[in-house]
Amino acid sequence: MAEVGMRPPASPLRRRALRALRWLFTPLRPDDYLELINPLWSTRELRGRVERVEPERGGAATVLIRPGFDWVGHRPGQYVRLGVVIDGVHHWRAYSLTSSPDRADGLISVTPKRVDGGVVSPFLVDRVHPGEVVRLGEVEGSFTLPDRLDRGLLFVTAGSGITPVMSMLRHLAPGPGLRDVVHVHSAREADGVTFGDELAALDEQHQGFRLELRITGEDGRFTPADLDTLCPDWRERETYACGPGELLDALQSHWKRHGDAGRLHHERFQPIVGGEDAEGSGGTVRFAHRNLDADCPPGTPILVAGENAGVDMPFGCRVGVCHTCVLPIREGRIRDLRTNAVSEKHNEIVRTCVHGAEGRVTVEL
Amino acid sequence: MTATEHPFAHLSENQLAELAREFDAIHDQVRADLGERDRRYIKGVIRLHRQIAVAGRALLLGSRSKVAWTAGTGCLAIAKILENMEIGHNVLHGQWDWMNDPCIHSSTWDWDTASTAAAWKHSHNYIHHTYTNIRGKDKDLGYEIMRIDPHQKWHPAYLAQPLYNLLLMAFFEWGVAVHDMDVEAIRAGEKPMKDVWHDIKGISGKARDQILKDYVGWPLVSALAATAVGRLVHREPRSRARVLADRARGRRRKGAVRARLAAARAEGAGTFAATFWADFTANIIRNLWAHSIIFCGHFPDQTYTFSQDEVRDETRGGWYVRQLVGAANITGSPLFHLLSGNLGYQVEHHLFPDMPSSRYAEIASQVREICRRYGLPYNTGPLSKQLGTVHRTILRLAFPGGKVRPKPGPYRGDELERAA
Repeated sequence: MAEVGMRPPASPLRRRALRALRWLFTPLRPDDYLELINPLWSTRELRGRVERVEPERGGAATVLIRPGFDWVGHRPGQYVRLGVVIDGVHHWRAYSLTSSPDRADGLISVTPKRVDGGVVSPFLVDRVHPGEVVRLGEVEGSFTLPDRLDRGLLFVTAGSGITPVMSMLRHLAPGPGLRDVVHVHSAREADGVTFGDELAALDEQHQGFRLELRITGEDGRFTPADLDTLCPDWRERETYACGPGELLDALQSHWKRHGDAGRLHHERFQPIVGGEDAEGSGGTVRFAHRNLDADCPPGTPILVAGENAGVDMPFGCRVGVCHTCVLPIREGRIRDLRTNAVSEKHNEIVRTCVHGAEGRVTVEL
Repeated sequence: MTATEHPFAHLSENQLAELAREFDAIHDQVRADLGERDRRYIKGVIRLHRQIAVAGRALLLGSRSKVAWTAGTGCLAIAKILENMEIGHNVLHGQWDWMNDPCIHSSTWDWDTASTAAAWKHSHNYIHHTYTNIRGKDKDLGYEIMRIDPHQKWHPAYLAQPLYNLLLMAFFEWGVAVHDMDVEAIRAGEKPMKDVWHDIKGISGKARDQILKDYVGWPLVSALAATAVGRLVHREPRSRARVLADRARGRRRKGAVRARLAAARAEGAGTFAATFWADFTANIIRNLWAHSIIFCGHFPDQTYTFSQDEVRDETRGGWYVRQLVGAANITGSPLFHLLSGNLGYQVEHHLFPDMPSSRYAEIASQVREICRRYGLPYNTGPLSKQLGTVHRTILRLAFPGGKVRPKPGPYRGDELERAA
C-alpha cells in the first residue's frame, strides 16, 4: 500500500465521536465527508497547509507549514517525512525540521535545497505555493541534543547539513544554551550560505557562540585536523556533525583515533544512491510476475531499476526510512547502497530504494 | 459454425506479435502521460459522489414529502452508481495506484456493495480478466447459473433462467458477492473449507454493515430529525400568562401532551419507513443499472467465446485479440460513460484493465484503427441494441439448442468514424 502520513493528534473525544458515527458512512468514514469541507480535518493522516515559502541563499527555500492539528512536537535535530503531490503523484521525502519546537505561531518548517534533476526539492523550492496541502509523516531521528547541557558544544556542518543544527540553534538561542558553542560550517561560496545572515546574527548577539565559517571555494576543504586551531578543546565538547558522507567518515575516524568517539553525534543525509564511483558490479533484477529482466547498473537501487523497466513499484521516501517500498527477494545477492555491505537473500523482505543488485536477483511483486 | 470460428485465424504469428507491440505502445504512451489532469478527474468524481450522497441523505430527512423522497432517492441511486462503477470498480483494478495516494489505492479501497474488495479482486481482476470468455475457465460467462453461450450444455434448470435473471437484476450486488465465493468450486470440493469460511465471514460482515446503514441507521436518523422538527413546528401557541395561570392552578394538560407525543411517534415511524424504502429503491436502481451495463460487456451477440483448446499456447498478441473480440462496447454520451464507469468502453477496458478509465475514450480511435488495419471486429452498439440481444439470448438459451449468432465481421472504419 502507498505511504501515508502520521496519525493526527486528534482529541480522544473527537475520535470517539467519529468512530461512533462510522457505521452510517461505511465503507467510507465520516472523515471522508469532513475533508470535503477542509482537507486538514482528516483524522486518517496528518496534513498541513503551506503558509509561506521563504527563499534562502544557496538554492534553498524554507517552507513554513501549519499542521492541521496542534504540532506533535519534535526534538531539535529530528526530521519529518513530508508528502507532496507533484504532477498527480504522491512523493515522500524526509527533511530535517529547521524550526524550533518552541515557535509561538505553531508553524513548522523544512529547508530543502534544490537538487538538480531531483523531483521533490525543485518542487518545494520553486513551485510550491502558500495554500498547498502537504502530508506529514512521523517525526524521527536520534540526532538530538543531550538532556542536560553540562559540556560545551561543537557543531560541524557543511552545505545543507546545517538544517538539523539550525533547529537546535533556534531552540538554544532564547535561553542560556548558547553560552559555550563553537560552530564550524563549510559552504562553497560566500554569498551562497544558507542561513548565513541568521548565523552571523547569532555570532554577534551571543558572547558564547562562535561561528567559524569556511568558504571551501576560497579557503579549501575543511579537514578534522583543522579543529586543533579552530576549536582546540574539541575533545572536551559534545560534537554534532551533519554533512556529506566523506566529511562524516573523516570525522568519525578522527574521533576514534584522537578523541572520544562516544562524544561525536552525526546525521547522515542522502544515503548515497547512484553516482559514477559506486562500488560493485551491478546486475539484473528479475520481476517474476511479469517475466521481465531489468538492468540494474552499479549504484542503482532495485526500485529505480524496476521503474526504468516500466514496473509499477511501490515507493515512499526513497532514502530507506519509511519501508513503503519493501518487497520480498526470492533469491540473489544485494548490496546496501548506503554501507556497501553485500548480502545473500532468500525470501527476505528488503527496502528496494536503498539496495542494488549484485548479479541476478529475483523479486516478487 | 465454421463461419464464426476464430475471428483472427487470418493473422500470422508475426502479425500477432506486431499487434501486441502496437497495443503495448498505446499502454505505455498513456502511462507516461498520466499526471495532474488525471488526478483532478478522479478526485473530482470522488468529490461529486460524496456531494450527491450528502444531498441524497439530507433530502431523505424529509422523506415523508413526495418531492423530497423522489429527489433524495434519485440522488442516492446516482451516488451509489458512481461509487460502484466509475470509482470502486476502477480503483480496485489499480487504475489509480500510480498516484501513490494511500486514500485512492487498490490495496486500501472498499466499496459500497456486498462483495468484499479482496474476493472481488480475485474473482474479477484475476479470474475474469485473465481467462476472459474461455468456456469453463471464465466464471463470469453466465456466472455459473445461466446458459449464455450455446456451447454450454443445456439442463432443465436453465428453463427458469429468465425468471431468476429478473431476481438477479434486482439483487445484483448479492448475486455478485455469492458468485465471488465460487460456488461451483465449493460443490466440487476444490475449495478448502477454511477459505469458504473466510469468504462467508467477509460477506456477512459487509452485509451487516450495509443493512445497518441503509435499513436501520439512516431511516433512524430521518425519523429522529422528523420528530424533532415536528415538535418545534407544531408547538401549540400558548401565551406566557396562560402558562403561568395553568401552572398556578396545578392543571397539567395531560391529554394534549399525550396527543403531541403520539403525533410525533407517528411522524417518526412514517419517516423511518419512507427512508427505508427510499434506500431500498436506490439500491435496486443501482443493481438494475450495474446488471445492465455489465451484462452488455460480454453477452451481446457480437462477442466471441473460446474453447480451452483454442487458447492453448496463447501469445501476448493472442491474449490481446481475445480481449478485443470477447468484449462489446456501448455507445453513449459522456454522462452515460461516467455513470457506466466507462464500461461502455469495455473493449478498451479489457485490453488495458489498469489504465485509468477516463482515458478509454481518448484511445478508442487508436484501437479502432488497429482493428481496421488487422481486419478485426470492433464490437459496439447503442444500449438498447446491446441489452436487447443479451436478454434475447437469456430467453432463447433457457431452452435446448440454440446457435452462435452471426457476427458483424471485421471493422471497416465506417459509421463510427463518420459519426465522430
